[in-house]
Amino acid sequence: MSPLGQGAIQGAATAPNPEESVGISVRSVRRTFGEVVALDGVTFEIERHSRIGIVGPSGGGKSTLLQLVAGLLEPDAGVVNVEGATDAKDRLARCAMMPQRDLLLPWRTALDNAIIAMQNRGIPRVEARATTRPFFEHFGLAEFEDVRPAQLSGGMRQRVSFLRTLMADKDVLLLDEPFGALDSITRAQMQEWLLRALGDVPRTVLLVTHDVEEALLLSATVVVLSARPGRVIKVLEANPETTGKSRREIVTSPEFVALKEQALEAIG
Amino acid sequence: MSSQAPVEPATQDPSVAASAPTTGRLKRYWHLYGLAALFTLALILLWEVIVRGFDVPEYLFPAPSQVAVALRDDWSTILAPAMWVSLREVVIGFAIAAVAGVGLAIVLHMFGPLRRAVYPLLIGSQTIPIVVLAPILVIVLGYGIMPKLVIVALICFFPIVVNGLDGLRSVDDDFIHMMKTLDANRWAIFKRIEFPGALPSIFSGMRIAATFAAIGAVFGEWAGASAGLGYVMLQATPNLQTARIFAAIVILTLIALALFALVSLLERIFVPWAARGDAM
Repeated sequence: MSPLGQGAIQGAATAPNPEESVGISVRSVRRTFGEVVALDGVTFEIERHSRIGIVGPSGGGKSTLLQLVAGLLEPDAGVVNVEGATDAKDRLARCAMMPQRDLLLPWRTALDNAIIAMQNRGIPRVEARATTRPFFEHFGLAEFEDVRPAQLSGGMRQRVSFLRTLMADKDVLLLDEPFGALDSITRAQMQEWLLRALGDVPRTVLLVTHDVEEALLLSATVVVLSARPGRVIKVLEANPETTGKSRREIVTSPEFVALKEQALEAIG
Repeated sequence: MSSQAPVEPATQDPSVAASAPTTGRLKRYWHLYGLAALFTLALILLWEVIVRGFDVPEYLFPAPSQVAVALRDDWSTILAPAMWVSLREVVIGFAIAAVAGVGLAIVLHMFGPLRRAVYPLLIGSQTIPIVVLAPILVIVLGYGIMPKLVIVALICFFPIVVNGLDGLRSVDDDFIHMMKTLDANRWAIFKRIEFPGALPSIFSGMRIAATFAAIGAVFGEWAGASAGLGYVMLQATPNLQTARIFAAIVILTLIALALFALVSLLERIFVPWAARGDAM
C-alpha cells in the first residue's frame, strides 16, 4: 500500500457526516465588491470525493468563487454548501487551499513548510516531521527535506505546496491555478503527477484554472465561467478514463479533443 | 617572523585548493569595501594637504595627522574612559529601544484600534526636537546615566517601530488566506507568517537606529553630564582643543559603525534566508 493510504491522510478522508453525499454545492450565488459584480447566479454541484474544474477568463471571478467555497468570503445572495456545512466558519474547517503561487515560506525548510498545518493544529514539530517525512519519497522529494524553498525547482516547490495542503487533513482540496507559474513542460509533468496523486487519495477537489486542457484532464466535471460578471455558461462532464493511460494518450484522444473544443467554443 | 613560511609551500601543496576560498573572500571584501576605503583615504589625504597648504591653524581646523596625535596623546587619560561611558549609554539605550520598539510594533499590529489611536501620536512625537527635550530630561532624571539612556532610546525607538509595523503589515493576503484554510488561528498566523516575514524590516529599522544612537548619547551628555565623549567635546571647546573634539568624533563614528556591523551580523544569523550582498 502506498503511504497515502495510511495514517494521517487516511484520517482526513473521514467526513464529519458520513451520510453526506454532497461534495460542493453552489446555489444562485452572487457576490459583489462595491460596484463590481464578480459572480452572478452561479450554480453547480458535485458529489463528495469527485473533482470539479472551474475555467474562465482572467478576472472572471474564479478566485472569488474559490474563496467563497473556502469560507474566506460570504456570498451576497445564494447558498454555498461544503459537505453539509453552510456557515463560513464550518466551510473553512473542511477546506484546505493550495494557493496560486506556491507561497512556501522562505525561512522554513521543505519539510517544515509541509508540516505547517499540523503545527497549526497543535501537533509538536518533531511528531509532525516524523509523520510527514515518508511522503517526501512518495512525492519525488526524497533528500530535499531540509532544503530551503529557494533551492528547489518550480515543480518541486509545487509538490511541497501540494503536500502541505494534503497534510492539513481536510476532505476538500481547493487548488487555485496550482501550476500557473510553471513552464509548459513542467506543467504537463505536474498535471500527470497530480492526476496520480489524487487517484491515491479520495478527496473532493475544486480546481481553478485558466487552462481548459488542465481542467478537463484533472476533473470529472468542468464548469465554464463567463467574463465578469461571472456566470456559468457551460457545464461539461469530462471524466476522462485515466487509469493506465499517459497524459499524452488522454489529451490526444478524440473524445478529449471534442470536449476541449466545446469548452473553448463556450469561452469564445 | 614565520608569517612567510606557510605561504611558500602552499603554492606547490594540495592545500592550494583550500586557499582558494580565502582569496575569494578577499576579493569579495575588496569588491564590497575597497572603493569606500580608497575614497575615505583620498578624502583624508586631501584634507591633510589643504590644511597644510593653506596653513590653517589647528584650533580652527586640525589636519588628520593632528587629530591622530590627539587620539594618541589623550587616549588613555581622557578619550578611552569617555568612550566607555558613551559606549555604555549607546548600547544600553539602543537595546532598550530595540526591545520596546519591536514590542510596541507587535502590540499595535495585533490591536487595530490601538494602532489607529496611537500611530498618529507616535509620528507627532517625532517632531519634538530631542535637543529641546534633553535639558528637561536632565532636570527630571538627574545627571546620571538615566537621561542619556532615555534620549538614546527615544531617538532609536521611532525607526524600529515604524519599520517593524510596516514589515508586520506587508504580509500578502494570500499567505493569510492559505493559513486560515490550514487551521491557523490569529496567534499561529502571527508566529509562523507575520513575525518571521517582518524580520528583514525590523532589522532595517535597527540598522537605521544604530546610526542615530551615538548622536543621542552626545545630546544627552551636552544637556548635563560629568563624563563621556560629548562631555569631552564640551570641555574642549572653550579651550580651543579642536583636535581633541575631532578625535572624539572619530571614536563616536567608530562606535556607530560597530553597532551597525553588530546589527548586520545579527541579521545574518537570524534572517539567513534574506541574505543581502552588502553587509554594511
